[in-house]
Amino acid sequence: MSAFILRRLVLAIPVLFGILLVTFALGRSIPGDPCKAMLGEKATDAVCIPLIQRLGLNEPIPTQFAIYVGNIIHGDLGNSFRYGRPVTDLLVERLPVTMELAITALLFAIVTGIPLGIISAYRYNSKLDVVTMVGANVGVSMPVFWLGLMLAFIFSVILKDTPFVLPPSGRLTAGANFAPFYASWGLAATEQTASSLMIFISRLNILNSVLTLNGQQFLDAVRHLILPAIAVGTIPLSIIARMTRSSVLETLGQDYVRTARAKGLSEYRVVVRHAVSNALLPVVTIIGLNFGGLVAGAVLTETIFGFAGIGKTLFDGITARDYALVQGVTLVTAVAFVLINLLVDILYGYVDPRIRLS
Amino acid sequence: MTSVNPSIVSIKEAQVLPKSVSDNRLLETLKNLRRNRSAVSGALIIGFLFLIAIFAPILAPYDPNLSMIGRPGESGKLPASAPCITVLGCEKPQHILGLDLNARDVFSRLLYGARISLLVGITSVTFAIVVGSTLGLVAGYVGGWTDNIIMRLMDVLLAFPSLLLAITIVTVYGPGLQNALIAIAIVSIPVYARLIRASVLSVKELEFVTAERALGAPPARILFQQIFPNTLTPLIVQGTLGIGGAVLEAAALSFLGLGAQPPLAEWGQMLSEARNYVFTAPHLVFFPGIAIMLTVLGFNLLGDGLRDALDPRLNRS
Repeated sequence: MSAFILRRLVLAIPVLFGILLVTFALGRSIPGDPCKAMLGEKATDAVCIPLIQRLGLNEPIPTQFAIYVGNIIHGDLGNSFRYGRPVTDLLVERLPVTMELAITALLFAIVTGIPLGIISAYRYNSKLDVVTMVGANVGVSMPVFWLGLMLAFIFSVILKDTPFVLPPSGRLTAGANFAPFYASWGLAATEQTASSLMIFISRLNILNSVLTLNGQQFLDAVRHLILPAIAVGTIPLSIIARMTRSSVLETLGQDYVRTARAKGLSEYRVVVRHAVSNALLPVVTIIGLNFGGLVAGAVLTETIFGFAGIGKTLFDGITARDYALVQGVTLVTAVAFVLINLLVDILYGYVDPRIRLS
Repeated sequence: MTSVNPSIVSIKEAQVLPKSVSDNRLLETLKNLRRNRSAVSGALIIGFLFLIAIFAPILAPYDPNLSMIGRPGESGKLPASAPCITVLGCEKPQHILGLDLNARDVFSRLLYGARISLLVGITSVTFAIVVGSTLGLVAGYVGGWTDNIIMRLMDVLLAFPSLLLAITIVTVYGPGLQNALIAIAIVSIPVYARLIRASVLSVKELEFVTAERALGAPPARILFQQIFPNTLTPLIVQGTLGIGGAVLEAAALSFLGLGAQPPLAEWGQMLSEARNYVFTAPHLVFFPGIAIMLTVLGFNLLGDGLRDALDPRLNRS
């Protein structure tokens, strides 16, 4: 197993290097003067020349790349001129919001998609199967930003006077101020004295509310998360349901399932223990591959629901043409994408010995 | 000296065989397609959209960019309520789906939007297929270092979430429909390159290719006349599904302000303009979204249907 993990890790290195190369190349291929691109059209030589020297933009390209890689290893992704702060600080603050959204959306997709897929396969060609598959086809064709807008409209306007009303925007109710866990635990008094890791954890609102045993924050955070999570989770849900269905259908037709039935095992045991547990292997891969879609969905959904996550940050970066910010977000997301797929690969090898031995 | 080497004759005959087989397969595929519910519904939706796109100037009651303010018979008021839908008993005015925030006819804009979406979807996928297939063909056929370099580059491109890479490319090169189209094409190249490479690897060792090589045919001819036609099946399926994906990505880029620019009637751009008014004028958001969904659904259904119809394994069962 360790040899398998090592082989996977080694294979990921050239891809990670390639990602650095692509983001570097994109950053350097901005048309026109790089200083003006960073500081705006009115930047004068008096400001530009020292900046270009400081950033090493007058050096040969290979040296510039070495500086770029060196900076990234030290956690320096440049400065965002839109926010006037280091990109790394912004990511530490905002990544948790996106992570929380992506994880919740994925959980929603898995918890709903897998059972739907199993039932559809078990009741193949029934009304339920047809409805689920038509729903999955529609779900996978829906623009996530449109679904977000529609959900916001339905749950905050049409269902306004019912118990189902949900907030259409914001991560928490406006003006709500909940104590971060590090302050409650006496680890650090203010954000300035707290470490990056503490800030990161405290921004995971649901986790923070559990750590501080704050029921009010928990409820508020969950209520604000439901609609965006459904919007982001619908496409993965549809893909997972379709994949589970076809995979379960295939295993249900295998000889060993017939043998299990012939042995007189209960139907539940045959389906859940024998068929489904084997059918879920390809679903694990699909879940990993869906991470890219989740991030893209989060970028679009956060702008609709006013979440200050990296999606919203990226959107602000685009509108302000803040290259360092866009480059930083792209880099971090791509690296996360590679690492998650690596994790899925390793997990896959762990649960299926055929993979790690091949 | 007029006698012909019998082995060459048999090779020539062997070349004829795959063609007649492929003719039969084409007929069989069409028959399978007609039986496939998902393919038929997909083809109907796409056919309908194509008709709308082609006849938009005839079908649209108004110029999509014409503001109705101050025109005879118009109230000139911007929409603050639900649209006046003619079939639901509303007599006047004549705007079936109401007016947008610039007092333009939403229905006309929707019809013209079909042109942009189909254009972007088909052009970007064609571009990606041309570049991707060439790279895949070369990588698979030549092998060795060329293969390694091309495929590692494709791996790197695949390592980025596709929409995110497209966003970055457009941000760097400037917003606009053309750049969005190129960005969408670039991020989809690796999919086609991988697909074609895999097909080439399985086809290139088959006997009819070896025979062609033995006859002294140049590599370009072997690649494009012998190998490429045999890789078409997965390419057609992936291409059809890819158009749906490209339409979604184009709409997303326009929604973020990176694709089509105002006043162009593009569905994503229409959603982007109306997003802040979803609570007061939801129809402005509802219809463009349905149009995007229908287009993507059409291509997805057709792609799924094609896959089922073209997959020989399913025919046997």
